Amino acid sequence: MATTQLRAAATEPQPAEDIAGVELRGVTRRFRSSRSGEVVALRGLDLCAAGGEVLAVVGPSGCGKSTLLELLAGLGDPDEGSVAARGITSREGRLAACAYMPQRDLLLPWRNALANAALALEVQGVAAGSARRRALPLFERFGLGEFAGALPAELSGGMRQRVAFLRTLLAGRPVLLLDEPFGALDSITRATMQEWLAEALATEPRTVVLVTHDVREALYLGDRVAVLSPRPGRLVAELCVPFERPRPRRETVTDPAFAALEERALEALEAPR
Amino acid sequence: MTVVRRWLPTALLLGAGVAAWQGVASLATVDDLTLASPAETVAALADDLPLLLDGALVTLLEVVLGLALAVAVGAVAAVGMHLVRPLHRAAYPVLVASQAIPVVVLAPLFVLAFDYGLAPKLAIVALICFFPVTVNLLDGLRSVEPDLLKLMRSLGASRLATLRRVELPAALPSFFSGLRVAATVSVIGAVFGEWAGADEGLGRLVLLANNQLQTPRVYAGIVLLTLMAVGLFLLAGLAERLAVPWKRAEAARP
Repeated sequence: MATTQLRAAATEPQPAEDIAGVELRGVTRRFRSSRSGEVVALRGLDLCAAGGEVLAVVGPSGCGKSTLLELLAGLGDPDEGSVAARGITSREGRLAACAYMPQRDLLLPWRNALANAALALEVQGVAAGSARRRALPLFERFGLGEFAGALPAELSGGMRQRVAFLRTLLAGRPVLLLDEPFGALDSITRATMQEWLAEALATEPRTVVLVTHDVREALYLGDRVAVLSPRPGRLVAELCVPFERPRPRRETVTDPAFAALEERALEALEAPR
Repeated sequence: MTVVRRWLPTALLLGAGVAAWQGVASLATVDDLTLASPAETVAALADDLPLLLDGALVTLLEVVLGLALAVAVGAVAAVGMHLVRPLHRAAYPVLVASQAIPVVVLAPLFVLAFDYGLAPKLAIVALICFFPVTVNLLDGLRSVEPDLLKLMRSLGASRLATLRRVELPAALPSFFSGLRVAATVSVIGAVFGEWAGADEGLGRLVLLANNQLQTPRVYAGIVLLTLMAVGLFLLAGLAERLAVPWKRAEAARP
């Protein structure tokens, strides 16, 4: 799919400053488990993403990245500190502002691709038929038109992930929370999907918090990259990525500045606390 | 061709069973009153067909209505227990206990309570079938991945929307497993009901024939009862294929 086509087909993009941002202040989240007692997933975390910004969060496994997204999504509350989306800290407010895309596609096997994406509208009270009619243009715009009628079992992993992303978009929220969206894909599909997502975000600008354990993915997709420490997760480094989005993949990843950022991010990840 | 290949082993096994049965029945030492041979059974089937079919229709009605009652009550119970946690905790032991009651003992009491007609048979069939339907449906409703429920919550779905759009469809395969078990035991329930007191039905006919030492007719009745149970089982499987078409798409996945 050519970049220009996507751009041309896009509905009028919202100016970035009109899109709501998110903010975490001094957030601590603990879990009680019967085996290991109390586990602190996040401790005193400060993090924010401005409207229209793509914030990529990297960290080692179990650093509380998923917990971070669940708090933002309004699926839980912090034990200390505050979490706000669109300036609202209540759980309901966050639920209403954020669309959450879990790591696995979680498509319903009995619904075709279109109906799966339309689910986001249906649960908001839109009738099934008109939900599908509203979802279809998005499928066509993102090159999935011919797969609209396919069951998830008939789709490849990358395709399923695209459908899951469209479902997230159709929720119609200003903030997208993406939890390792390409974690389960092979590396070639992964690279394609990263470019696809970059294009999609250029067409449909949103505030994005993208969680990943892949530094290169974070740098390629993010405006800013936050590096978290091992559990309990704290912010250890914050890098600005000085390339305009969407970025041509090959030119970007081979740029010396990109390599230097990657080096810094990896150092921050490996640094002893 | 594939149909032949699918059913050939079953047919061979069944044939071998019938041959062995015929062999044992033909032994000089085996009394005709104790064991009717396949040939005698088939003869009885042919001779008494109108009588047997009349009885079979009555029993089939009891079974089908009893199953329907079990599905209705089971679905309500399972969904209720799924949605209301305290109800689940309170009702589950009762549910299990309901299956520990020996139906043989209960059947005459039901007849006393509901009289000779259709009602006590329905109650017994439903009592037996209610358990597999409820337990399997409940398991199915609870088997939905926590991540999927989280996703539904984040999409802003109400509890009922999640039930309708995610949990109920996801529970269908489990429900049909329960229904298949229920279908096979339902016939036994109807026969118990008829033995406790009835003036029609295939179970009643078998009991009478047994008392009158008409062994071939007993066997013919048993064959029909078995066919009925197998037929219901296959029907439940067919209904599952129609109701859960995505399972085949998943099975065919490369």
